[in-house]
Amino acid sequence: MNEFIQHIINGISMGAIYALIALGYTMVYGILQFINFAHADIYMVGAFASYYLARFFQLGEHPHWSWFFIALGLSTLVCALLGFAIEKIAYRPLRKSPKLNILITAIGVSLFLEYAGQLLFGVDPKLFPPLLTESVLFSIGGINVMSLDVIILGISILAMFVLHRVVYHSKLGKAMRAVSQNSTVAAMLGISIDRVISFTFILGSSLAGIAAVLVGMRYPKIEPMMGMLMGTKAFVAAVLGGIGSLPGAVLGGLIMGLSEEMVVGYLQSTYRDALSFGILIVILIFKPTGLLGTKRIEKV
Amino acid sequence: MNPVLELEDLHVHYGSIHALKGVSLKVFAGEIVSLIGANGAGKTTTLRALSGIVPCRGRISMNSKEIQTLPSHQRVRLGLAQSPEGRGVFPLMTVEENLDMGAFIYSDKEQINQDRDFCFTLFPRLKERRSQLAGTLSGGEQQMVAISRALMARPQVLLLDEPSLGLAPLIVAQIFEIVKHLNELKKMSILLVEQNARMALKFSHRAYVMETGKITLSGNAADLLSDDSIRRSYLGH
Ligand SMILES: Nc1ncnc2c1ncn2[C@@H]1O[C@H](COP(=O)(O)OP(=O)(O)OP(=O)(O)O)[C@@H](O)[C@H]1O
Ligand SMILES: [Mg+2]
Repeated sequence: MNEFIQHIINGISMGAIYALIALGYTMVYGILQFINFAHADIYMVGAFASYYLARFFQLGEHPHWSWFFIALGLSTLVCALLGFAIEKIAYRPLRKSPKLNILITAIGVSLFLEYAGQLLFGVDPKLFPPLLTESVLFSIGGINVMSLDVIILGISILAMFVLHRVVYHSKLGKAMRAVSQNSTVAAMLGISIDRVISFTFILGSSLAGIAAVLVGMRYPKIEPMMGMLMGTKAFVAAVLGGIGSLPGAVLGGLIMGLSEEMVVGYLQSTYRDALSFGILIVILIFKPTGLLGTKRIEKV
Repeated sequence: MNPVLELEDLHVHYGSIHALKGVSLKVFAGEIVSLIGANGAGKTTTLRALSGIVPCRGRISMNSKEIQTLPSHQRVRLGLAQSPEGRGVFPLMTVEENLDMGAFIYSDKEQINQDRDFCFTLFPRLKERRSQLAGTLSGGEQQMVAISRALMARPQVLLLDEPSLGLAPLIVAQIFEIVKHLNELKKMSILLVEQNARMALKFSHRAYVMETGKITLSGNAADLLSDDSIRRSYLGH
């Protein structure tokens, strides 16, 4: 039983990270109806940005809260800028061309970031320095709740809460929803579509930047191809929840994290990475719109 | 007197389809002008070109300022707002949020609240439904949302594309009364596209008749209403 609860805790904390990244896929999809394949590579760049920051100031030798937040801030900033730039330089000029062109461009940007990463950061995995000292926060009945899990979960929940406030209560957030529901009418009402799209990329990429630091602390090996697997899983999480739906992305991420953890705990850890593909196939067959997704409402 | 809105020799192409072939029309301050014509004549295209949704050749001016090169979102700031064909409500946003989007370009909360209250007095039904998702409203209610949303932009010229489409006669009459009320009370100029030519002509000052991308006839609404060719083609007898 204790072991089971331990798995639940691990699963939720990993699931929260998947959710953060899945949110980026789903937000961009909601606005532009395309999958930003470069999203997970933005996350990779965020991980390296905070890695180099940590190395430069030798943060790993004196883990401290403030370092953690500085790394988090830097990664978020770098990812936000990168996401903003990618949209502006690579996707915007293609906005009026067929969806396939933009999709292929996204794959191109993804490959570019991965190979540029190998060139700049090296092919070998790097060890992400511990920004915080890992400790047992408390134990109940033999279950150790680690500080890291609580931090990961806490930061993720905070980030999602902020996102929710922004999307549902800020003017630009409401404009974002309006654009995703009917961009022509949104433009007629004075909403600048370009600004809303930039904002969406900044928001989604920031979440990826936060996830990058959290993952770096949990699985400290980082390398330029790390986005590929993470991207696949987070994407499947977004599809599972219903692509385009924000609560769906969170739900999908949690299910993904929990089921992976159960597979590792009770079946075989080698199946872990295959699971996401299994889930994808099952949803595509039985519920292509995802758990919380709705069919796009056709315009009359 | 200069018109508030003027189109000169407007051309629009959809691929190989030449949808507008040199359309010119004017709307003067305080006028209700209707644009009537058969299906596919190019009425919606005219309004889409006005709001900058489709690219066009020719000239569009608001208060003598040329706006044809401005992107859509900037035209609203010059006083041009539209209630589009098919209503185009944001289905997953509440009635109130839809109206707030109409006031996107403003940030004076006081005035926005007053404008919203004004819409609620025009359409009390919307007040009851203010927290309901617009996608779950009836067609007529969605039309009320679309019109109110355009009003929230405080237009100088209001563009209405088939506000009566698919609505019960009672609601159609109500909507036309409101159009008249807006025109008289708020001195709003209105360019009205309608299939329901009889109703449109009854409520307008002037009208233009459009056929396959061209204006074929224009004049006082009252004169057109008694014109024989119009009666035959658009009024059903
Ligand atoms: N997006 C488009 N692509 C290609 N052709 C179009 C497009 N939109 C409109 N058209 C064509 O342009 C012409 C004018 O269409 P428009 O919608 O302006 O007509 P309308 O007068 O509003 O008709 P209705 O009364 O049926 O609404 C039609 O022949 C139509 O088929
Ligand atoms: Mg039309």
